[in-house]
Amino acid sequence: MNLAVASHPGFLSPTGVEITFVLVGLITLGAALVTVTTKQLVHAALWLVVALGGLAVEYLLLTAEFIAWVQVLIYVGSVVVLLLFGLMMTKAPIGRSPDADSDNRWTALAVAVLAAATLVWVVVDAFRSTWVSLGGAAQGSTEVTGEFLFRQWVLPFEALSVLLLAALVGAIVLSRRDSRER
Amino acid sequence: MHLAYPAVLAVLLFCVGLYGVLARRNAILVLMSVELMLNAVNLNLVAFDVWLRDTLHAGQALTLFTITIAAAEIGIGLSIVLLVHRNRGTADVDKLTDLTDTGTEPGFDSGSASMAPTTDNSVESATDQALPAGGQTA
Repeated sequence: MNLAVASHPGFLSPTGVEITFVLVGLITLGAALVTVTTKQLVHAALWLVVALGGLAVEYLLLTAEFIAWVQVLIYVGSVVVLLLFGLMMTKAPIGRSPDADSDNRWTALAVAVLAAATLVWVVVDAFRSTWVSLGGAAQGSTEVTGEFLFRQWVLPFEALSVLLLAALVGAIVLSRRDSRER
Repeated sequence: MHLAYPAVLAVLLFCVGLYGVLARRNAILVLMSVELMLNAVNLNLVAFDVWLRDTLHAGQALTLFTITIAAAEIGIGLSIVLLVHRNRGTADVDKLTDLTDTGTEPGFDSGSASMAPTTDNSVESATDQALPAGGQTA
């Protein structure tokens, strides 16, 4: 890490990757803000697509390619579709719904702003002079991911597949209409 | 790349999600905000993994596991929300007040008072209201 600090030109001369990261980060943050503030429920789910897609681009910029595509597949592909189906099946109103936010939104805003201020202060103070060196081979290409996942992380991986199966069965059991009760 | 960029972005995304969890009324919007918070944690994990150049790649492995657990969580969460909507006719988290401490003795009055706000939506919710009663007596 000291090598990375020494070879970096400095904070005031950002590289192209940093500029791209900040621009995509601004888009992601704006989409996330619209997601939590919009009055239209379906638009919130669609802005969530923009936020999660922006995060996939950030993963690509951090050279974690496999996680970027997993993000696109799982989050943008299936989680948002699930959320849209959930909105549809709970008869969410199309158009502006005035009671999308609850009454304690100012308390929530105060808590969020306080947490953001504290955490940004701590994080910036802690990592002021830390640089990530993005050169060399990609840190998260599919080959590297396959090697570390199936050499070192096989047991958690298999445990997670059991957890996914349990979640699948649980979701089916929970959402099924029992015909005997009719 | 300066490590502060991904760290600060993750912090801000987390706090946006925190605001959404606290301020939103619809349960599905609360789940969306939870997804935002989980994604902020994922970004932190990936950034620190790339920074530390860990040979085990623990950050990226944990990111993949978090994504998987988030998918399971959203499936279970949505099915619970659907079940609540089917039984109560609403998915608003601040109308589900059956466990509220009203200060009175638990009895028939507090039970009917807590169910009262859910019946003012529409005719369809009224039919949904009738379902659990039939289910419980059967």
